[in-house]
Amino acid sequence: MTESAILVEQLHKSFGPVEALRGIDLAVPRGTVLGVLGPNGAGKTTAVRILTTLLRPDRGRAVIEGLDVVRRAAEVRKIIGLAGQSAAIQDELTGRENLEFVGRLYHLPRDRCRRRAADLLARFELVDAGDRAAKTYSGGMARRLDLAASLVAEPAVLFLDEPTTGLDPRSRIGMWSLIRDLVAGGTTLLLTTQYLDEADELADQIVVIDHGRVIASGTSDQLKDQVGGDVLEFTVADPARRIRAAALVSALSDHDPQVDEASGLISLRIGRRGSDALVEAVRILDQEQIEVQGLATHRPSLDDVFMSLTGHSAEDLAEAR
Amino acid sequence: MTERLKWAVIDSWTMTRRNLTLWVRVPAYIMFTVIQPLMFMLLFRYVFGGAIPIKVKGGYVNYLVPGVIGQTCAFTSFNTALALAQEIKKGSIDRLRSMPMARSAVLVGRLGADLVRLTVTIGVLIGTGYLVGFRFENGAGPAVLMILLALAIGLALACVSAFTGLAIKDEESVQAFGLIWVFPFTFVSAAFVSIASMPGWLQAFANNQPLSIFIEALRALALGGPLAQHLWQSAAWLVGILVVFGSLAARAYRRV
Ligand SMILES: Nc1ncnc2c1ncn2[C@@H]1O[C@H](COP(=O)(O)OP(=O)(O)OP(=O)(O)O)[C@@H](O)[C@H]1O
Ligand SMILES: [Mg+2]
Repeated sequence: MTESAILVEQLHKSFGPVEALRGIDLAVPRGTVLGVLGPNGAGKTTAVRILTTLLRPDRGRAVIEGLDVVRRAAEVRKIIGLAGQSAAIQDELTGRENLEFVGRLYHLPRDRCRRRAADLLARFELVDAGDRAAKTYSGGMARRLDLAASLVAEPAVLFLDEPTTGLDPRSRIGMWSLIRDLVAGGTTLLLTTQYLDEADELADQIVVIDHGRVIASGTSDQLKDQVGGDVLEFTVADPARRIRAAALVSALSDHDPQVDEASGLISLRIGRRGSDALVEAVRILDQEQIEVQGLATHRPSLDDVFMSLTGHSAEDLAEAR
Repeated sequence: MTERLKWAVIDSWTMTRRNLTLWVRVPAYIMFTVIQPLMFMLLFRYVFGGAIPIKVKGGYVNYLVPGVIGQTCAFTSFNTALALAQEIKKGSIDRLRSMPMARSAVLVGRLGADLVRLTVTIGVLIGTGYLVGFRFENGAGPAVLMILLALAIGLALACVSAFTGLAIKDEESVQAFGLIWVFPFTFVSAAFVSIASMPGWLQAFANNQPLSIFIEALRALALGGPLAQHLWQSAAWLVGILVVFGSLAARAYRRV
């Protein structure tokens, strides 16, 4: 068994009548990434705030690198980094000043603060903007600066609370590659997200939480298997050929294909076979010269995961609150 | 322990410097700090002053300047609550509290920076006061003491404000709440007019509320006259406010 960098047992936390956490267990091996996936109000931020010593749990225990977050909070703070849900940078300060200021508060010597700030600006592609006030930064730049600020003291364990929420797709992908580089350096990372693709992209292990409970956990493949895996979809316009097409692709899976007569859409659960199945489908349909449109595989979304785990969609849940 | 104290001082200084840097970079803050109290002073000096029958040595302007200084201590204490509420909203307090810095430094740095601001404002008020006819009538020693007392008042009220900011958290509510207490305390006081000119029921409040007591002490230091009673009453209020609201603020900070 690998040693856990983060260990959480039966964590409970209520805010008045709201039970934000109702018994969470987590174990994150050193040097790995845990993705905490959940809809709005699931308890993600509450869990992160307890783990980063900002909140006291009502019950249960959380340990970072062997240090209890309540009893040895001061020591925990020396080895963690946090980038919260909103970018905690000072708009009136420049990017460089923001980083140097954080370094000072980590009690790094002045010249080391300066070097660290310069390194991080370079690594996060902020050199040109480094001496501009942070209020002139785009959303993506502000997020990158915030992430850089959490890394000033080279933490062993890093917490990122929804690091890409509100970013455009390009900035999101940029952020992903930065996070991946970080992890390659050996940092243990706990990351919360509302997006399955993000957890999929970055996490070794995923836990899905809802209403303060862990409702599923595993690797992203394991989770998708629980949902029924990928779906192959295509449309056959010619009603006469539709049945034949469905019969042909049914050989690719243990499941039966679904045929929607109105739209001509045929869909088939293909488990984890993804691109294999896609190539195979192209080949066999082409052999019989069946004309198809929009042939593609879909990966299950967070909504699909929720649908199958809880019976309601993540959006319904958010609206119900 | 001395190591911890050393870092607490250094961290507080880092936070103070950071807060002051933010302040000088936002023109609107400077306006709020300096222009608004100046406007009050000039308004009462030249617009309302003529209609306010107060006989003190040197005329109404001498009565007014210590009053405006007291009022300014209350008004600028606002900023403490607003700044803390903003930091909570932005999440910067969370980041700071997750770092190994001294926990007291966020509050101390906030109060320290606000005290520096207040010093600047008081300096500008006294300087401008001199241009429009104000004079210290009681010698240099008491004048310096008046400035120090004003800073102590500013600090005590900033503790009240820090507590409201940390407890209420929401910026707009903080602002609304601040106005509700600042207006009656500053205007139903000895700041601008003689309390004897108010209706009897109002006098009871105006005479005994702390801001009037503070302002009478400032005035006695600046202009002379009976001092001892004003001074010890002020000191009692200051100690009481500092102890109660200082610890309430510290507690609220731990719970943010
Ligand atoms: N300080 C607080 N006071 C009262 N209730 C709170 C507080 N913090 C969180 N809650 C409540 O606890 C529940 C969990 O909130 P939390 O912020 O942990 O969710 P989340 O998963 O981070 O959601 P989001 O995706 O919206 O950030 C919510 O119902 C929220 O309203
Ligand atoms: Mg959250």
